[in-house]
Order: sequence, then C-alpha cells, then structure tokens
Amino acid sequence: FLQELPSCQSARRRRGGTQERRPALLGTAGSRGAAARALQQERAEPAACPAREQPLSMAEKRILRDSQQADTEHLSRWKKWRRTSSKSWKKALSEVKGLSSYLMLWQHDIHSIEGKFGTGIQSYFSFLRFLVLLNFIIFILMFSFVTLPFIISKYGIFNSTIAYVSPKNIEDNCTIYEPSGNKGLVYFYTYLKDLFSGTGFLEVTSLFYGYYTIDAVWISIVRYNLPLAYLLATFAYLALSFLWIIKRSVKGFMQNLVHDADPFQSYCNKVFAGWDFCITDPNAAWLKHRSLQYELQTDLQEEKLKQKRAERTMKEKLRIYSLRIFINIIVLAILSGCFYSIFTVTVFSQNSNDTGNANSLVNLVVQYLPSMVITLANFIGPLIFSFLIRFEDYTPAFEIRLTLMRCVFVRLANIGVLLFSLWSQISNCGTDKCKPCGYNYKLYPCWESDVGQEMYKLMIFDFLVILAVPLFVDFPRKLLVTHCSCKLIQWFGQQEFGISDNVLEIIYGQTICWIGTFFSPLLPAIATIKYFIIFYVKKIILIHTCKPAARPIRASGSNFFFLVVLLIGLILAFVPLGVSIARIPSSKACGPFRNFNTSWEVVPDTILEFPTVVQQILFGMASEAFAVPFFMIICIIMFYFIALARAHKRVVEQLREQLVLESRDKMFLIRKITEAQR
Amino acid sequence: GAMGGSASLIPRDLLSEYQELTFLSKQEILLAYKRFSELLPKEERESACFARVPKSNILTLPELRANPFQHRICHVFSTSEHGDDSMSFEDFLDMLSVFSDSATSDIKSYYAFRIFDFDDDGTLDRKDLEQLVNCLTGQGEESRLSSAEMEQLIHNILEESDIDKDGTINLSEFQHVVSRSPDFASSFKIVL
Repeated sequence: FLQELPSCQSARRRRGGTQERRPALLGTAGSRGAAARALQQERAEPAACPAREQPLSMAEKRILRDSQQADTEHLSRWKKWRRTSSKSWKKALSEVKGLSSYLMLWQHDIHSIEGKFGTGIQSYFSFLRFLVLLNFIIFILMFSFVTLPFIISKYGIFNSTIAYVSPKNIEDNCTIYEPSGNKGLVYFYTYLKDLFSGTGFLEVTSLFYGYYTIDAVWISIVRYNLPLAYLLATFAYLALSFLWIIKRSVKGFMQNLVHDADPFQSYCNKVFAGWDFCITDPNAAWLKHRSLQYELQTDLQEEKLKQKRAERTMKEKLRIYSLRIFINIIVLAILSGCFYSIFTVTVFSQNSNDTGNANSLVNLVVQYLPSMVITLANFIGPLIFSFLIRFEDYTPAFEIRLTLMRCVFVRLANIGVLLFSLWSQISNCGTDKCKPCGYNYKLYPCWESDVGQEMYKLMIFDFLVILAVPLFVDFPRKLLVTHCSCKLIQWFGQQEFGISDNVLEIIYGQTICWIGTFFSPLLPAIATIKYFIIFYVKKIILIHTCKPAARPIRASGSNFFFLVVLLIGLILAFVPLGVSIARIPSSKACGPFRNFNTSWEVVPDTILEFPTVVQQILFGMASEAFAVPFFMIICIIMFYFIALARAHKRVVEQLREQLVLESRDKMFLIRKITEAQR
Repeated sequence: GAMGGSASLIPRDLLSEYQELTFLSKQEILLAYKRFSELLPKEERESACFARVPKSNILTLPELRANPFQHRICHVFSTSEHGDDSMSFEDFLDMLSVFSDSATSDIKSYYAFRIFDFDDDGTLDRKDLEQLVNCLTGQGEESRLSSAEMEQLIHNILEESDIDKDGTINLSEFQHVVSRSPDFASSFKIVL
C-alpha cells in the first residue's frame, strides 16, 4: 500500500524514476532493473539533471542520456547550441582540473597517510600543505612589490634610479643609524652568530625593514611610490590570507541553524559518517573499530551522567561552581605568571644588548631568552590545563574544547606580551629619551628592524625546537619501547600523534610570520621553507614512531577547527600591526617611512595629491557623519536577518510536528482499509 | 609505460563516454582500468571492459579488504543477473564514481542509504541499524555493544533522524540528516 501512495509516486517522479524499489517478493531482477522500468514509464517527463548525477547503473545512464539527447532534437537551434557549448565548456573544465591534480604538492604522500591513519591526521597534513602555499603566495606578493623594484633600481636595470627626498623638520640626532655590519676583520663564528640572531651582516640585507631606506623609484619615466607600495602590500597580504581562510572554512562547514544540537556530537554523525572508507590498512581498520566502539560507549555513558547531573542538589552545585571559579583563578594566575616572566625576560634581553659583546655564546643565549621562555610556557601551559580540567567536572566534549581554547589563548597571548614589552622599551620615554623623535632613538635608531629581528629569532627557534624534539624525544622513546621491556616504559607507551598540539604549533608559527612580514619582508620565504621541511619531518615521525590514536578527538580532527583557530591567529595579528603602523612613530633613520610621522601617514599624504572631489569623498567616508549612519544600517540589517532566522526556525518546528501527525494518520487509515478489506 | 598501454585498450569514444557518465577524470578511469584488469586472469585481460570479476577477487583490493561494508558495496553496485554480486568494469566505475571527491552529496547519500539497508526493503529499521552499529564496532563478541547500550543508541539515532516518527528512517530522512553531518563528505570517499 505504502508504495502506491501519491507522496511516494511524486518522490519517484522527482528523482527521474529511480526511487522506491519494490521488495524482492515481487520478483524483480534486482532493484536497478525496476528503476529502469520505471524510468521508461516516465520518459515523457523531461529529466532536468545530467545523467551522471542520477543514481543508476551505467547501462541505465546510457539510456537516460540517449533519451535526453532525443528530447533535445525538438528544441530550437539556439537551445541546442547552448546545450552543446555548455557541455564542451564542462569538458574543458574537467580537463584543466585533471591536469592541475598533477601539480598538487604531495598528493601521493597525503593519500598514503590517509589510507593508514584516517582522515583526521590527513587533514593536518592537508592543512600544512595549505600553509606552504599561502606563505609562498605572500612571499611572491611582498617580493614583487617591495624587494624587486628596489633591486631593479639599485642595479639600474630599465633605466631606473633611486630618488632620495631629503628629510625635513627632523633633528639630526634621529637620523643617525650605524648598523654594526661587520667592519674589518671578524672571526668566522661571528657570521654564524649573526645568522642566528639577525644582527651584523644580516641586518643590512633586504631581509629587514632597514634596508629599504628610499623614498621613490624612477623606472624610466614612471615614479614608483615605494612607501605606499610597502604599506599596501602589507594590507594586501593580510586581506588575502583573511579571504582565503574564510573561503576554505565555508566550504567545509555545515551550518546548523535550526536545531540547537551540536552537529559533531550527534549520534547520527558518528554512526552514518563514522567509518573512514579510505582506510586500506587492516591494522588501522582494527584500531578504528576499537575507537568507534570506545567513542559510542563513552557518549552513551556520558548521556546517563548528564541526567544525573541535572538532578544535582543545590549544595552540590554550589560546591562545583566554587571549585570551577577557584580553578579559573589558578589558571589566570598561571597565565599572569607566564606573561610577567616573558615581559621581564624581554626587557632584560633588550637591555643587555648594548652592554658589551664579551662572550658571544652567552650573548646569543641571552638574545634567544624570550624565545626559550615562550616555548617553555607553550609547553608547560597545556600540560597544566589538561591536568586541572579534570577537577572541573565538565562533560568530556566540553573539557576538550575548553582545554583547546585555553592552549590557543596561551600561545597567541605570549606573542602579544612579547610585542607589548618590546614597545614599552621602544617608547620608554623615561628621562626625556625620546623627545626629539617620539621613540627611544638612542637604543633603537631603527626599531622596526629590531622587531623584525625578534620575529626572526622566534621563527628560527621554533623551527629548531620542531626539529630537535623528534630527534631527542620521539626516536629515543620509540627505541626504548621496542627494546626495553621495563614495565614503566611499556606503560608510557608509544607516541600518539596529537593532532591538536601539532596544529597549534604551526598556527603559532604562522602568526609570527604574519606579524613579522611587515618588519621583515622576506620572512614568508623562510616560513615556506620551514613548513616544507616540517612536512617531511612530521611524516617520518608519524610513520616510524607513532601509533594511530586509540581515542580520536573528534572536535579537533576537523579541518574547520584548524581554520577557525588560524583565523583567530590572523585577527590577533592585526592588533600589533595596527598599533605599529598607526600609533608608533616610524624610525627617522631607516626605512621607507622616514619622512612621515607614522607609517600610516603615507596614505593621507597620497590622498592629498588626488583631485579635490575624490579627496572630499574619501575624507567624507572616514568622518563620523558617514560612519554612524552606516553602522546603524548594518545593525538594522543584522536584526532583520536574526528575526528572519527565528521565524524560519519556528516554522520548521511546526512542520515537523505536522509531519508526525500526518504519519500517524496514514498508519491509522491503512489499518482501517486493511480491516475493511477483510 | 603502463598508462600508455592501458590507454590504447579503452577505445577513445568509450573513454569519453565514461567521462561524461561518471564523476571520474580521464586519469582516474585509466587507473581504474589498470587495477581492474589486474584482478582478471591473464587471458581475459584483453577484453577487460566486458569481463566480470567474481566477488572474491574484488574483495582483495586494498581499498575494500579492510572495509566492514565490503559485501554490501559489492551487492549494491553489482548488475549481475545471477545474484552472485560479481562486478563488471562499468559497475566498478560506477562504484568509484560515487565514492569520488567530485560526486554530489545527493548521490553519495543515496548510495550510503542503499549500503546501510541490509535487508533491502527501502527503509532503515531497527534491525538494519543494529547491524550497522555492529559493522562499525567490529566483528567478535567482545567488540559489540551490550543490548542496553544498543537500545539506547538506536533510540537516540531514531530521535535525531526519524521525522515522521514511524520507527524507520526512509531515504528523505536519511538524506536530510546526512546533509547536516559535517564528516560525511570526507569519510564516504575511496580514491584509488
């Protein structure tokens, strides 16, 4: 009876004759044969979808396509031409797509990792590949707009010359800048030390901001405004990263507007999308079975606990909440301890910069002290957080998320504190030290290069740590576990590939790169090479020392989570850059912004050279008379969409209730009919 | 090389027809041809396009041998009239097309429904869901959920996905719940 209902017939017609197979009792030769028969009955209906999107066997798809083509015979010439041209266009696109799959970096490696370890770990490596590409594009951007014109003009190619504008209204004291670029005979190890700390010979190369001390470049007759290009290239790479990340995250995210249930925690997601069909290794499959069983069992237990939790007495609730507040205070105390230590270490390291180059190695260590303290804080913080959260008695899923958020915050805030302490040193106007120039010109004649050097050191140290940890921790651990049967070591066990830790590590590196590129235009190149090498290092660690995780963390195994945290890093990178560009006076002794108060001033200066009408429009857009009504309109539009979403939600709930009632009516009527028939 | 050799064994018009009727690219079709002909005995490799491979050979593919749904996949995609679940090359291409990256989510969810419907009656009822969960947790007595846990789990699944509350999940409800699942597209994928 159910198959003859009008609703089933219309569903069948809508899908082009492929729905509801008749049960095997009716003796059809396979369900797809029935579909073909139904299809032939419905031939009069024009099938809107292309053949390959229909769930049919190959033979049936051929029949469908031939019937579609037969239908087009009746159409006018215009429609026929349109159809053939769209078909050939789609074919050309697929050819291009096929070719570009050859260009994809590491396609084969990622595929084999996916087969052995599942999609969770594979998404980490795809993410790494994305970052390599992003950094490479940023490097190309900065190089072609900033470094290339400078190099062209320096060597006089294309009849180009450099234009220096003499500084006006600037005291002579501010323009003194003598980088200690290795004058005279020096020991060889000084070069090595300079390579690691960014000073000496490296300071005067195009790696750092101080090299670009020109005001304009004349290429034949065209005047290339280098300061403006520098600033706009910075904004361009920030905007490019922002848009690219958002585009990638939108692709993978399914918005769940109607139901409040968390899409990752839903049982249907775990059961219907639980098995990774790309697993090829029987061992990995066995582990996946284990982990699925464990995950389902814990979720079911947690649900029972939730009911118990809801029935907590007032006294218990009070106890739990006060415990949580107490632990949060401890967390805050730890964080402030971290920040304070980073601050003092940075101040100490900057102050000891001048006091003698007596022992080079000690000096090098002191210079790397902020990086070491930050890495230590990044390592200890998460350990403490995962230990503390056990006492807070949250649901396991919320525990994981809260720990992750705290770790993210620690990592990103550490960079912020470092920069803040640097600025406090640079703008340290204690005893009239910065009166003429606006910043501490005695200690920091070219402060942007100094900040660039700090970012450079952070990046190098991060890279060294990522290389050293497998060498000194992972491989010895694997050797111990395989050869020593001591009980303690066996309990420690083999390394598991912690996806969230690794992801936070590379996001931390990427945030440094974003902040540092303004002060050191060639930093993205170093980041590209760094991530390129890290891919192979991580792959070797994974294959040789790790066992697949027995309990995968679903919330952090998804690509969407990585991109959200990356976006947080990017937005956090906007803040220091905004402060540097707009607030702190640019150094008068070096760099392209010598003749401006702050780096941002080059933009208003350029606008003042535009025709008056354009100037008025642009200044009008930046004034309050425009901004306030604009903001109000945006708020109104947002409220409208929120109200619309709420109304839709209510309608969907009502429709769901109606569906339940209809189904009950249907069953009731069918029962009555069968009774009446008897 | 091997690629060039297999390219000459599929006639060009057949190749472009396969490209039109599936979601696979030319390289993927040629690779599928190569892997499919390796499953055949040497004498039959010339006419691989028209040969049928018995189910036991198909299940030796690394992509399928570790898969708990291997038998269902062979059954769903096979167009054999003898009911022995043997697959021709075109069935093989159909299967790869549905599991490829560029397949639409509609067609993926349709075939997922067919694969999970163990008794082939057009709906996912309690028995189907029970068998599905047992496939996921693995074979063997100690890897199954207890009956109380299974009851609770199936109750939760039906609560989330059964819209008309008739105790079974039909195709529309399945497609609806899967469209909101973030992991489905990335896990329902086989690439050679």
